[in-house]
Amino acid sequence: MKLFRAHVLICGGAGCISSGCHAVKEEFIRELQAKGLHDEIQLIETGCVGSCDLGPIVIIYPEGVFYQHVTPEDVREIVSEHLLKGRYVKRKMYRHPSSGEPVVTSREMDFFRHQTRIALRNLGLIDPERIEEYIARDGYFALGKVLNEMTPEEVIREIKDSGLRGRGGAGFPTGLKWELTREAGGARGEKYVVCNADEGDPGAFMDRSILEGDPHSIIEAMAIAAYAIGAGQGYIYVRAEYPLAVARMKQAITKAREYGLLGKNIMGTGFSFDLEIRVGAGAFVCGEETALIASIEGKRGEPRMKPPFPATAGLWGKPTLINNVETYANIPVVILKGAQWFSRIGTEKSKGTKVFAIAGNINNTGLVEVPMGTTLRKIIFDLGGGIPNGKRFKAAQTGGPSGGCLTEKDLDTPVDYESLKAAGSMMGSGGLIVMDEDTCMVDVARFFLEFTQDESCGKCVPCRIGTKHMLEILTRITEGKGEEGDLETLEELAEVITSSSLCGLGQSASNPVLSTLRNFRDEYEAHIREKRCPAGVCTALKRYEIISDLCKGCGLCARVCPVQAISGVLKEPYLIDQETCSKCGLCLSKCPFKAIVMK
Amino acid sequence: MTASSCRASAHGCDGKYRKLEEILQEYKGVPGALIPVLHQAQLLFGYLPHDVQVRIAEELDLPLSEVYGVSSFYSFFSLKPRGKYTVSVCMGTACYVKGAPALLEKIRETLQIEDGETTEDGLFTLDTTRCVGACGLAPVLTIGDDVYGRLTPEKVPEILERYRQ
Ligand SMILES: Cc1cc2nc3c(=O)[nH]c(=O)nc-3n(C[C@H](O)[C@H](O)[C@H](O)COP(=O)(O)O)c2cc1C
Ligand code: SF4
Ligand code: FES
Repeated sequence: MKLFRAHVLICGGAGCISSGCHAVKEEFIRELQAKGLHDEIQLIETGCVGSCDLGPIVIIYPEGVFYQHVTPEDVREIVSEHLLKGRYVKRKMYRHPSSGEPVVTSREMDFFRHQTRIALRNLGLIDPERIEEYIARDGYFALGKVLNEMTPEEVIREIKDSGLRGRGGAGFPTGLKWELTREAGGARGEKYVVCNADEGDPGAFMDRSILEGDPHSIIEAMAIAAYAIGAGQGYIYVRAEYPLAVARMKQAITKAREYGLLGKNIMGTGFSFDLEIRVGAGAFVCGEETALIASIEGKRGEPRMKPPFPATAGLWGKPTLINNVETYANIPVVILKGAQWFSRIGTEKSKGTKVFAIAGNINNTGLVEVPMGTTLRKIIFDLGGGIPNGKRFKAAQTGGPSGGCLTEKDLDTPVDYESLKAAGSMMGSGGLIVMDEDTCMVDVARFFLEFTQDESCGKCVPCRIGTKHMLEILTRITEGKGEEGDLETLEELAEVITSSSLCGLGQSASNPVLSTLRNFRDEYEAHIREKRCPAGVCTALKRYEIISDLCKGCGLCARVCPVQAISGVLKEPYLIDQETCSKCGLCLSKCPFKAIVMK
Repeated sequence: MTASSCRASAHGCDGKYRKLEEILQEYKGVPGALIPVLHQAQLLFGYLPHDVQVRIAEELDLPLSEVYGVSSFYSFFSLKPRGKYTVSVCMGTACYVKGAPALLEKIRETLQIEDGETTEDGLFTLDTTRCVGACGLAPVLTIGDDVYGRLTPEKVPEILERYRQ
């Protein structure tokens, strides 16, 4: 094997790709060639490093120097200064937010310092397209151990003892699910292993990053699961919106087959298992396990009644184990380090770590993995760096369209499955959307309901019609046409939909409305009674006014107004006719004296 | 039927239908083949024309109603021709909170079309999606395979212009 004196790692995650990391990579290739360094320095494109907003990111080992916002124009300097002369390029380094001092490695950054990486262990460290790099980091060792040293029962025992719970939403104990699937239909019958990579929660992207950045960890874990439950075939169901994840996964499967880690007689042990990828087609409800199974079977992705659960009657009616991507990503580590090691991390009932995708109104967006039980405050303010532009924190949504919002009072709650539920939200897949004071919670509730209404498969009347009715009411409220009694109607509808829907989509569709009603009822009331949007978001309720004391009567506003709603005499205060005003806000941005305000 | 719709449409059509037959042969007998076949057919034709659905139903031995039922259930499949480029505004939560609605409005205004419509020159189809997984750079827009992040409405016309050349 070739020895390199330094490694240049370029983040190739989705965020960095859209920030232009490929042009940076091209430039590095050219520059290393030009300087004759291509034999001593290895260039690697990795999966998502996690700190998406700092991209394109370049990390140079052995020291681990972290460079942010690297452009092709910076490359020459990095090569000649850092790689040739050993001098760090300070101007491209991350700066500590309070001291302003450059920080050398990611280990010193708050965003990374507080993380415990299990599921994300290889992200940003290996080239996902090179199986050798995965193997060099103990990859496929857990599979080897399982096949050579453990019985399926021992594997299941280990997973059960670890306390690992499903990361796809419901938090069902993983070991128990494996046991149920193993026992179903006898040990010799046909069974399937499925990976749920539909990642429907808009705002969550950990599954995508794992598939793209560490695809072999999923293959290894699925093979372990197949051995444990007695399956010979597996499917990975990936959403159509993730073409790169599909490509990486395909490549990884081909490589694993070449290496004898998939297919017949794996590692010469007589165990056979193979994998196929199925691509979704843009239906959120297909993340629900029975709908997902229907979709793999080539049907409309409609959920069906449970029981029977997939563990007993799943794909083509056979016992089927279905787990989420992040759940699988934990498996090889649990096997190698042991259940005891794993169960020491986390809280009493929620073991291990959880990956959160932090996005929205927050300084550091990206992926973080923290021990279960970390407080929301730590995640948002320490790792996430707080709210930008000096704004105040208002709420954080977890659990996506099925979840609820958490507020100031929940900031110090240790985050785990139980505490989030108690706070009126849920863990969901780990999407964490932070919202600042300028967010209208009624509008947010309307947004989520529009989502679920649109994604309802239509099988159950309450879910199909009820969500539509709720959406109509919410839309009316945001348009200033809310009436007394609307909130009560919303609550009644919510109860009916929750109790009489077949699947989790309908059962939890009202959660965002109920939780915002609980925490921000006054905002709803302001919309209904005072026809006012306190956050100034709802267009129909916006009011633009001219402060006569500040108005110098220049007439600029009247000239820019596209609907001629502003009138007045030069050198005297102008006036906006509220009836005609279309609330476009153009006058506000044009007034040189800041005499126009939005209320 | 195949021949007539071919005559009506652009050049290279025969090749597409030949390719379709290859795909169908490849998937014949594979359990759950319908959705992968629809994906490939859409990639080939840009959408799922009626006669293509008929061929798929025949070859996979499924009722046409089922093929149609599945094609219409999934939002990814299109039953109408689409523009050369699909402009997709992410309306996922992260993007929504960071101003996706204003972005969408700007695109509607620039292209003079509503969601789901195609511009007269056949260049752009406007669509919304639910999260493309680049939430860290919200708000996000995709055009074909290109992903644009950290957008503001002002940047929209210039980006669209690049595809007009
Ligand atoms: C409407 C709906 C959408 C869902 N979407 C997903 C999803 O995108 N990804 C996922 O892993 N689980 C999703 N689930 C949960 C799955 O049904 C299932 O519980 C999970 O995949 C099991 O894996 P786990 O035990 O490893 O979490 C969804 C459930 C519902 C009701
Ligand atoms: S609850 Fe809604 S999404 Fe779920 S099966 Fe019923 S109609 Fe479909
Ligand atoms: S919400 Fe837009 S990319 Fe995720």
